[in-house]
Amino acid sequence: MTDASVPQNVAPPPAEVEDVELYHAHSWITKYVFCQDAKVIAIQYAGTAIAVGILALVLSWVIRLQLAFPGAIPFIDASVYYQSVTMHGMIMVVYMLTAIFLGGFGNYLIPLMVGARDMVFPYVNMLSYWVYLIATLVLVSSYFVPGGPTGAGWTLYPPQSILTGTPGYDYGIILMLVSLILFIVGFTMGGLNYVVTVLQARTRGMTLMRMPLTVWGIFAAAVMALLAFPGLFVACVMLLLDRTLGTSFFMPSLVELGERKDYVGGSPILFQHLFWFFGHPEVYIVALPAFGVVSDLISVHARKNIFGYRMMVWAIIAIGVLSMVVWGHHMYVSGMDPWFGFFFAVTTLAIAVPTALKVYNWVLTLWHADIHFTTPMLFALGFLVTFVNGGITGLYLGNVIVDVPLSATLFVVAHFHMVMGIAPVLVIFGAIYHWYPKITGRMMDERLGKIHFWITFLGAYAIFFPMHYLGVLGMPRRFYEMGETAFVPASAATLNIVITVIALAVGFAQSIFFYNLFKSLKHGAPAGGNPWRAASLEWQTPETPPGHGNWGKHLPVVYRWPYAYSVPGAPEDFLPQNAPPMSGEHSP
Amino acid sequence: MSIAFVMVLVVAGSILFHVLSPWRMTPIASNWGFIDDTMGLTFLVTGAGFVAVILFMAYCLYRFRHEPGRRAAYEPENQKLEAWLAIVTTIAVVILLAPGLLVWGQFITVPKDAMEIEAVGVQWSWSFRLAGVDHQLGSSDVRYIDTTNSLGLSPADPRGQDDLLVTSGELHLPLGKPVKVLLRSIDVLHDFYVPEIRAKMDLVPGIVTYFWFTPTKIGEYEILCAAYCGTGHPQMRGKLIIESEADFEAWQIAQQTFEQSRKSAASQDKRASAQ
Repeated sequence: MTDASVPQNVAPPPAEVEDVELYHAHSWITKYVFCQDAKVIAIQYAGTAIAVGILALVLSWVIRLQLAFPGAIPFIDASVYYQSVTMHGMIMVVYMLTAIFLGGFGNYLIPLMVGARDMVFPYVNMLSYWVYLIATLVLVSSYFVPGGPTGAGWTLYPPQSILTGTPGYDYGIILMLVSLILFIVGFTMGGLNYVVTVLQARTRGMTLMRMPLTVWGIFAAAVMALLAFPGLFVACVMLLLDRTLGTSFFMPSLVELGERKDYVGGSPILFQHLFWFFGHPEVYIVALPAFGVVSDLISVHARKNIFGYRMMVWAIIAIGVLSMVVWGHHMYVSGMDPWFGFFFAVTTLAIAVPTALKVYNWVLTLWHADIHFTTPMLFALGFLVTFVNGGITGLYLGNVIVDVPLSATLFVVAHFHMVMGIAPVLVIFGAIYHWYPKITGRMMDERLGKIHFWITFLGAYAIFFPMHYLGVLGMPRRFYEMGETAFVPASAATLNIVITVIALAVGFAQSIFFYNLFKSLKHGAPAGGNPWRAASLEWQTPETPPGHGNWGKHLPVVYRWPYAYSVPGAPEDFLPQNAPPMSGEHSP
Repeated sequence: MSIAFVMVLVVAGSILFHVLSPWRMTPIASNWGFIDDTMGLTFLVTGAGFVAVILFMAYCLYRFRHEPGRRAAYEPENQKLEAWLAIVTTIAVVILLAPGLLVWGQFITVPKDAMEIEAVGVQWSWSFRLAGVDHQLGSSDVRYIDTTNSLGLSPADPRGQDDLLVTSGELHLPLGKPVKVLLRSIDVLHDFYVPEIRAKMDLVPGIVTYFWFTPTKIGEYEILCAAYCGTGHPQMRGKLIIESEADFEAWQIAQQTFEQSRKSAASQDKRASAQ
């Protein structure tokens, strides 16, 4: 069924399967609550992730207040401090970042960007969200049980995490492990959906190498998550058994506070291997979607194709593969066989090469571009600064011998907050400002958006850049109070106060964002279908916001890649992916 | 466009902060100066990369900002440029990695003549054990732990009878002699951490870990725990005193052996039961 007027090389292939009838909602409940439409599920995922993220933000204030004014705030004792550290870390990494990138942006953007009507398994997709919600509620419920949530640190290292010297010994740790198990069950249902949808439900002409990098990033992250989360799953199940049934998977013979425990023969280091076999890919499960989104934001707002698209795709795949074999760099001083240090240092620094190439290509995209300083673009640029900064400190911590003095210090805290806290969060904000018009049909306020950007970007940099230097000095992390320590000068305490003041200010400034988010729902300027004049498919829907089934009667047909910006000879500075080919066009 | 200007400021501010920062590495007190050197090299290489990338970006933002009539160039890829960038980055990574791995090789190769001592961690304090006159540490196991044998030494092992037990949390070491620190925990994970020594290592219940160093500077240093070990974690402190060989010998003689500690505990028990 080829069209004679279309050159052979760009002619879309015939449809392989018939367009299928979608599930239709018949009541308010099935339309807005137990909904199977990926777009609604996306909003549910993102809303839950942001809500629990606000809790994590408040917990970070507890941490910061204690570090700046140790002992001054009556309700923050050592237990509350460690519970806050634990919950803040776990919520941000798993329940917020993973959920919002894959469950939120993945659900909204994958079907629209590849030209599908919905995810391929809508019912399972719905289940995925509800299991995630239950997991989140179980986690938060640990605040309402005797002893409160666990204060084991987000890494949950045994033996300490399941012994009485740790806050939340009675119920908190059990709820944490059950919640993680549920999260992984929920995620697996969602993750399979994202992978199968990308592989099976792309519209005619949407080859893999014509997918936006956002889809590539989310796709690769979903594959990695499906491979990595099982490591955490078994670790959680085994630790739960150690805690409740007295098995000894991770527990050796030990004497706790003068009392001999019944455990015998288990290996604490085995837990660390399982945890980081998940934990390191997890960093890239968050980072790869952010990489993809930022590529698209830069390209659209610089009116230029992303530079080196094929390299970008291969870099995503290379990072995904390598990130499965670098987990040991979290364990250089764990007491594992020191010979592992050589292997993990080499793999870890090797991953810097594809990562650096991505950075170069983002920056080179700006070369000879036509840069519009919109709010999404500003957030993308802010990401570049924080990501480059946080990425290079990874070269310190990955290089095994340099890690030895820095490990377990505030240098590590500063590094991972810059690279997988601030950088991805800036991308999330940029992405919300960017896709909000498609989701709601209205623009967010640009002026408020820019104020939000400047406070968040400069504030976050001012929080975490100086913190590296406290780590270089040798200040350890996870210290409820530093106390009198000979090598720590009084100026370190002053810096901690400065950081805390900025952290509180940046935290409160997020209310500008939420005000903008809700105000624009009703009062934002009408956006039209494609306010950024973007080329990728999600902006070409017949309705905005896209209706059930996304594409009206006929699925779109794709003729070119999503980066056809400023193509010579084109009437406008962008060519939508589904616009019929121009004569003599040679788009990828 | 102001963002181009701000990016230059961010780079300038970061460099300025680095130069003026009063928070620097503690003066080193061990042989691991190579670690500091490798870190210094890493700072130079990565710092140059950071400055170059951000300044180039700032230039692009200024030079190619939107103005009426501007249209972007269309250049999907440039394989030659991408290949060159890949090569340059790989070289930079090798420059960082090669010396790092060499120093790591030294770090995990303990000198044959190193003196073996043991550091034992328990929630939340440090104890130490020295080998005594036979220069050998006796075996140990958590099942031997009781009120008179807090470190769990094997009562039957002849090598352990002369071991010196230090339960005050204060460890003395002689200047200039390589030391292999064997690490043992009887409850949870801990980490033997003295910032001035640079080296650190976890204590893992169930196994014995180790690291080595040579003290190079007389002085008193604080021992911290660098692996979160429960609510008392920050209070888990000890003291490391590096002193001359003669002072060290004098200190060693004053310490109680395992045998002595058992006897005095036994006689205390007798007195207690006689009363």
